[in-house]
Amino acid sequence: MKNNIEIVDARGLSCPQPVMLTSKAIKKLNKGAIEVLVDSGTSRDNVSRLAKNSGWSVTVEEQPEGNYRIVLKK
Amino acid sequence: MSSILRFLTSRWGPIITGTVVGILAPVLVTLGNPGNMGICVVCFNRDIAGALGLHRAGVVQYIRPEIIGFVLGALVAALAFKEFKPRTGSAPLVRFLLGMFAVFGALVFLGCPWRAYLRLAGGDWTAIFGILGLVAGIALGIVFLRTGFSLGRNRPAPKAVGWVMPAIMVTLLVFLIVAPQFGRDANGNPTGPIFFSTTGPGSQHAPLLISLAVGLFIGFLAQRSRFCTVGAVRDMILLKDSHLLNGIIALIVVAFITNLALGQFHPGFANQPISQTNEWWNFGGMALAGLAFTLAGGCPGRQLFLAGEGDGDSAMFVGGMLVGAGFAHNFSIASSAAGPSAFGPITVIVGLVICVIIGLTMREAVATAKA
Repeated sequence: MKNNIEIVDARGLSCPQPVMLTSKAIKKLNKGAIEVLVDSGTSRDNVSRLAKNSGWSVTVEEQPEGNYRIVLKK
Repeated sequence: MSSILRFLTSRWGPIITGTVVGILAPVLVTLGNPGNMGICVVCFNRDIAGALGLHRAGVVQYIRPEIIGFVLGALVAALAFKEFKPRTGSAPLVRFLLGMFAVFGALVFLGCPWRAYLRLAGGDWTAIFGILGLVAGIALGIVFLRTGFSLGRNRPAPKAVGWVMPAIMVTLLVFLIVAPQFGRDANGNPTGPIFFSTTGPGSQHAPLLISLAVGLFIGFLAQRSRFCTVGAVRDMILLKDSHLLNGIIALIVVAFITNLALGQFHPGFANQPISQTNEWWNFGGMALAGLAFTLAGGCPGRQLFLAGEGDGDSAMFVGGMLVGAGFAHNFSIASSAAGPSAFGPITVIVGLVICVIIGLTMREAVATAKA
């Protein structure tokens, strides 16, 4: 299972697509690690809230140009 | 102070914003705004369109400072919290169309989602049909979202793109204050190019500085809390997430209490201010609006707040709303107190067909990838 990270690139997408893509990945994996890339504070908050409510741990890493890399683990 | 500001991005953010709107909107009515129209994003865009001469319905022409405040308040919040991020390129022309059709639908009902909730809180029971239509339209939009609808990705844009909408709002503020009258009517009296109603809803407004201050304050709060009157319903249906819906519930409850306290709660179906009683087209109009807002990613207020953050695509939606508001009156689409106008119902049907076509045809392959 090494390097088995699901990547969701939701940069540039309108609400609620970043959350929907993350939700899809969460349902598909059930366990493991997901890396979500978003480009707004709104998407960062929404994706984090969804993941926490689904029982995943959330780490947010700020990247240049107002982008965020959100790592979800379970 | 900073803890209060952090609070706004917590689950309390939408509730605080809804509470503030629930207090200030009825207060604006007391101070002069039209009945149950303390804030109506679509009606106010329609009044601005009239003031600019895009339509000549003489009773609904005024440059509403609340709209200017919404954009500039969101701009200030976005700059202060490093969220001002110019971007564009996500199907701007389609967003323009969605803005137009959202306004057509909303003006058949006579109000945007903000006003639908405020009408309900003022005792206007005809709003119930509008809200049911709104929920139906949002639910239809969700079907498209679930089956892969997307307007595509935006891209970072030069800083100047983000400043266009705020600059337009400052220009509107100048027009509001200066109100140039260098046109002449048939009798040689000064008229236009800026028109302000002397009778009707357009002539009813709270003092300029108060309206502007309220707009700025709500714009600031809503940018931070991501307040959205359509996203609230959407997220509840789609994700079982009540984060935004709590804000709408707060808005309705607090506006109801404020209206009661101010003597502005008048329950009933008939003779409500700027309202019509045809339940089918109240439902149908808002179904169209709900669908168009959902496909565009948010309610009309949210589009203004996003435009303040530098989102050029939301700014296009706002442009569509302004132009659509002009058409809505020129083409007899907007309802009157007597009921739907000649071309309101057919426009709702055509709008629903076009929005369904948009929902079916706009999609993007956004599959997740394995690293």
